[in-house]
Amino acid sequence: MSTHAQPTTVRGTAGPNAGHENKEVGQDRKAKTQGRWAATLILPTVIVLGIVIVYPVVNAIIMSFQQDEGLDPVTGSFVAGGFAGVANYVHWLFQQCPAPDGGTTACSPGSLGAQFWSAMGTTFFFTVVTVVLETVLGFWMAIIMARTFKGRSALRAAVLVPWAIPTAVTAKLWFFIFAFDGIANKLFGTAILWTGSEGPARTAIIIADVWKTTPFMALLILAGLQMIPAEVYEAAKVDGASAWQRFTQITLPLVKPALMVAILFRVLDALRMYDLPAIMTGGANGTTTLSILVVDQIRQGFNSAAALSTITFLVIFLVAFIFVRFLGANAVQSATGPGKGKGK
Amino acid sequence: MKARLNIAAAALIVGAIALSGCAGGTPAASSAGGGDAANGLNDRGPITYVQGKDNSNVVRPLLDKWNALHPDQIVTFKEQSDNADQQHDDLVQRFQAKATDYDVVDVDVVWTAEFAAKGWLQPLKDTMAVDTSKMLPATVKTATYKGTLYAAPQTSDGGILYYRKDLVPTPPKTWDEMMGMCSIAKANNIGCYAGQFAKYEGLTVNVAEAINTAGGTIVGEDGKPTLDTADAKTGLNNLAAAYKDGNIPTEGITYQEEQGRQAFEDGKLLFLRNWPYVYNLAKADGASTVKDTFGIAPLPGKDGPGASSLGGHNLAVSVYSKNKATAKDFLAFMTSEETEKFYATQGSLAPVLTSLYDDPALVAQLPYLPVLKTSIENAVARPVTPFYPAVTKAIQDNAYSAIKGEKSVDAALADMQNAIASAGSQ
Repeated sequence: MSTHAQPTTVRGTAGPNAGHENKEVGQDRKAKTQGRWAATLILPTVIVLGIVIVYPVVNAIIMSFQQDEGLDPVTGSFVAGGFAGVANYVHWLFQQCPAPDGGTTACSPGSLGAQFWSAMGTTFFFTVVTVVLETVLGFWMAIIMARTFKGRSALRAAVLVPWAIPTAVTAKLWFFIFAFDGIANKLFGTAILWTGSEGPARTAIIIADVWKTTPFMALLILAGLQMIPAEVYEAAKVDGASAWQRFTQITLPLVKPALMVAILFRVLDALRMYDLPAIMTGGANGTTTLSILVVDQIRQGFNSAAALSTITFLVIFLVAFIFVRFLGANAVQSATGPGKGKGK
Repeated sequence: MKARLNIAAAALIVGAIALSGCAGGTPAASSAGGGDAANGLNDRGPITYVQGKDNSNVVRPLLDKWNALHPDQIVTFKEQSDNADQQHDDLVQRFQAKATDYDVVDVDVVWTAEFAAKGWLQPLKDTMAVDTSKMLPATVKTATYKGTLYAAPQTSDGGILYYRKDLVPTPPKTWDEMMGMCSIAKANNIGCYAGQFAKYEGLTVNVAEAINTAGGTIVGEDGKPTLDTADAKTGLNNLAAAYKDGNIPTEGITYQEEQGRQAFEDGKLLFLRNWPYVYNLAKADGASTVKDTFGIAPLPGKDGPGASSLGGHNLAVSVYSKNKATAKDFLAFMTSEETEKFYATQGSLAPVLTSLYDDPALVAQLPYLPVLKTSIENAVARPVTPFYPAVTKAIQDNAYSAIKGEKSVDAALADMQNAIASAGSQ
């Protein structure tokens, strides 16, 4: 953008006399008014972010230290619970539930509190397995799509279809496919109860998730692949590098920034997986993820749910931090522009 | 250093977006609403009626009729989604905001106690009293919390037994008799019995039926769990044993209402526990192979008809409503005999008025009514407790494990008992 355009607009707002002033003073004031002007322009965004992000987060954290409403045994109506300290966090992390005598006791199976660690395990299991599968398959699809051949654009469009379908619809489709009388069993001539026990239920969800999100990985990786200049490959060929060497020595290192960002996005997405297990199994048979647990808890008490979502938030934050800090997923710096690659 | 801070900040924002998606609702300031309940009792004016998706278009014609008669007290229809959880959450949000724009609300029978305990529903007593003497007692019980009526029963629903009359000439009266007939199913190479045994609300309905039929209860009058009885054990054991013996087919634990109906219509089941809606479909569906070969009967019990769980909806008045006199009249209008008849014929929704079950014209149109009447007369409401979400969760998780045989019936009932007790002592 031309720097000459800005003073005009700034002076225009500063008043008709602005143009007559000493040049140095003008520079000074320009910087000042420009700063103010910039702040004014940014303000709406800050306010919106404050309303949609800061307020709910702060409110959730405040709520997480309040006790859920309890029932007054005499009147039979609910009364506010008051300050709870860290009781809600203890409830989840140590699986302690209220006991009839007023104290706490280990949560019984069938209560949400008893499911925290298993839900955490399930969530990470799904995250690791689906992201690994999606990365490998996505890479493979991206390499095919990067080649020049007839019908390439048709293939690229076709690959996008699963990603374009809303997840809830996808989940319902796979729900019918994996029903006992569904296509999956008919096709393979099996009689598996896909949603009836842990192994098959998890497999079914992983298949559905990989089907849906591999195109997303493929497209992000494809974008990375297309940044690599063809000359590098030609030079390597001249030097006698094999196809495998070209892949490991050129493609992988050069595509890594794009790949890490893609993996980061997928990991964060997978950690809050909700719709697929919620619709396909309803969380039965070891498929309850943290998000499903949060939504279930919302119906049983907001404050406890706020504590749980704060824990989920911290977990996701930690994972994102590790990715960005130690594994070099450069989502931040490339987003801020010229600083790209500076930190290395 | 600065870059590191940026990274941390960015990661924080990413996580924060995830969190802000989760945080819902505000801390409830739960004053029981004594003041609100006394407001607007004699006021009249326009009101809003809130209900889930009106699939068979019964509400709008009724509102047109009302509005023509009461031009100064127009009722506007607010239609919610067709998903019960979403309807529940929408109502909770509006009530927490003390919104005055929801006057008369349609609540599922299992939400009534929760909403009443939160102080959101107008007690239907004194000037707001509603005549329930002509209604089926079990339906009135679903609308009653701590001895006070909080809603007017409007539609009901009960489970009935569908059976293959070409294979079983007389339907079984008791559970044991039915299990005895399973050899007929085996001889014909079809499944014997199915209900709704997937892990969802339907499982609670079926387990409650099994336990109530055996003479047990899930929660007592005081809201405390009562699952440590021999009767409760017999009830759950009936289901677990049937699954173990193969009398409930293996795929039965994935069945919701529709999968069971499909299997029955395909001729793969001898007995099916389901709601009355299946009747017309099984008679008329092109794909149904049992059109002329199925019959209906009350659920089998211990020595008589079984104890069905109740479905259906109640109508309640919000305590925040400004025109409660109009709301009360509207309640009476919506539960009148004429309206109930319209609901039954137009929407196939079971009436709550005892007299309609014997109405010859109605029975001609809905042949399942007499059987349904027996079912509802013997029905038991699902646990009436303000902690219903926690109670149903405890039942589903533990009963599912017990039926699958992953857990003994004793352990499942003990865990159920503890989880319900814990939920009730918050």
